[in-house]
Amino acid sequence: MSTTTVEAPVTKQDSTSTAPKKTRRRGENSRATSLVSHGILIVASLIALFPVAWLVFLSLGPDKDDYLHPGGIWSKMSLSNYSFVLKETKFFDWLLTTAVVTLGTTLIGVIIAATTGYAVSRMRFPGYKKFMWVLLVTQMFPVAVLMVPMYQILSDLQLIDTYPGLILVYCSTVVPYCAWLMKGYFDTIPFEIDEAGRVDGLSPFGTFARLILPLAKPGLAVAAFYSFLTAFGEVAFASTFMLSDTKYTFAVGLQTFVSEHDAQRNLMAATAVLIAIPISAFFYFVQKNLVTGLTAGGTKG
Amino acid sequence: MTVAIDRATGKRRGDRAPRPGLGQRLKHGYQKHWYAYAMIAPVVIVLGVLVIYPLVYGFYLTLTDANSLNSARTIGVNEIEATYKFIGLDNYADILWGETAYDRFWSHFIWTIFWTAACVTLHYTIGLGLALLLNQKLRGRTLYRLILILPWAVPTFVTVFGWRFMLADGGIINSFLETLHLPTPLWLEDTFWQRFAAIMVNTWCGVPFMMLSLLGGLQSIDSSLYEASEMDGASKWQQFRYVTLPGLRSVSSTVVLLGIIWTFNQFAIIFLLFGDTAPDAQILVTWAYYLGFGQQPRDFAQSAAYGILLLAILIVFTSFYRRWLNRNDQQLAI
Repeated sequence: MSTTTVEAPVTKQDSTSTAPKKTRRRGENSRATSLVSHGILIVASLIALFPVAWLVFLSLGPDKDDYLHPGGIWSKMSLSNYSFVLKETKFFDWLLTTAVVTLGTTLIGVIIAATTGYAVSRMRFPGYKKFMWVLLVTQMFPVAVLMVPMYQILSDLQLIDTYPGLILVYCSTVVPYCAWLMKGYFDTIPFEIDEAGRVDGLSPFGTFARLILPLAKPGLAVAAFYSFLTAFGEVAFASTFMLSDTKYTFAVGLQTFVSEHDAQRNLMAATAVLIAIPISAFFYFVQKNLVTGLTAGGTKG
Repeated sequence: MTVAIDRATGKRRGDRAPRPGLGQRLKHGYQKHWYAYAMIAPVVIVLGVLVIYPLVYGFYLTLTDANSLNSARTIGVNEIEATYKFIGLDNYADILWGETAYDRFWSHFIWTIFWTAACVTLHYTIGLGLALLLNQKLRGRTLYRLILILPWAVPTFVTVFGWRFMLADGGIINSFLETLHLPTPLWLEDTFWQRFAAIMVNTWCGVPFMMLSLLGGLQSIDSSLYEASEMDGASKWQQFRYVTLPGLRSVSSTVVLLGIIWTFNQFAIIFLLFGDTAPDAQILVTWAYYLGFGQQPRDFAQSAAYGILLLAILIVFTSFYRRWLNRNDQQLAI
């Protein structure tokens, strides 16, 4: 009797403190492990959050040297930077350029990538392997390879400093990857659907446009998100090909605040926040699709 | 004509009749595949006009001494003809073993290799660690996930400026180090610390992608494998070594290759973090850009030659990587 009552609490203690492995079920953690996990994740989250939060905080300080005395910002916090940026700078010009260029790239890029992806997913034609190889290699072009010749070609065509020029350049960077992505997605759609369409008398294009495209909407969305975010964040081509300050994209416009010899860091921070909020919201909205799409396109290829 | 199945029709084209003449084969091929060609036509045109032609043209430029003073240009109403001339492979020779080749190419080359290796290693290990943590049953897991992908959500060109404020002389990081009585390096001026800062910022930016991809990989590992290994008495480490890592292999090989290509070509971070102020912290891509567009006169020929060299390095590397993976019976995913 007495032995059992003594032993029971001892084994219980053991199971919680020293040997939790044997009794806990899979996927559950001992308290120590979960504390450590939480600790690491909290530190990592702070590191991830801090630079962005700091940028937001600095954007509230009205003077351009406030970033050196961040403590002083608390007492004189204001939104004056934001109103200045919206009223006095070329913010809305940049917004227009960015919108035209990113939406143009997305639209054209996705249409081209979809037809290509369908062709390489469903049809084997002479030159197929070479074509896939070209698509693969194009993805790893460093910007430096094409920068100089593209600059020369675009200036011959009078397309420097125009929207179509930049859209074309961006298309050449997003289309190969999107085509791979779409091929991966089309591969998951059963071929029987195509066959049914063909039997019922649709042309190959009809099959594609009426049957497959509607089924491939999630894949199209991922390709569109990818193109949009890539075109939005691109720096090198935009810095080189857009010359007049009303046609800067955000990525270029933001640099103008410090490249002048008078660095207006407060305005720059405010502009950065204004740019970041909508695009980050968009990113969060689509991130789940984006990640599964990107890795699925990657693993199925 | 290959022994392939046209999956649109399900017909097998393998057993072919005696070879017809060339003209007939072309006609036949055209009839059979015209819609395939029609569908890839747009991308072929775009790639041809915007990638292949510039590549060929760029390669031609590397064989000349073109710069902004002797290229065709328009000043006001005067059109000036191009006067650059063909000089063969002199640009490559000059870059690889000309005078001061070490300072101009090899030092940047070594730094680029180091930069790529360091960044991808950091991305992968930190990303894998965080993915493993997030893959447990943990309270607030979704919240952590959302916060941790913030560096990916905000465009790079925005966050780099945030880092620039923090790293500036008198910025928050140095003030913080000063209160701890630690040395306060000149992050944006001293070469060593510039490189350190560049790797740090790029790591910060690149971890979320790795983390999410690897998390997706972890979640696709069959949980019965863990159960089985647990039944066989495997320790946590053994489970990680013999179940988790092999299960992640196909995702890993893809994201590591992507990571290497992206990091090798990473332009925005170094360009925006330092501008022209850090000649020694430039990787090859930003250095080539500097030669072609950041200096006067612009040296188009050398810049293009750097580009071709970079592409050659990447293609050689990728083919070895694929061969190495295939040797281990791994199909590279992309």
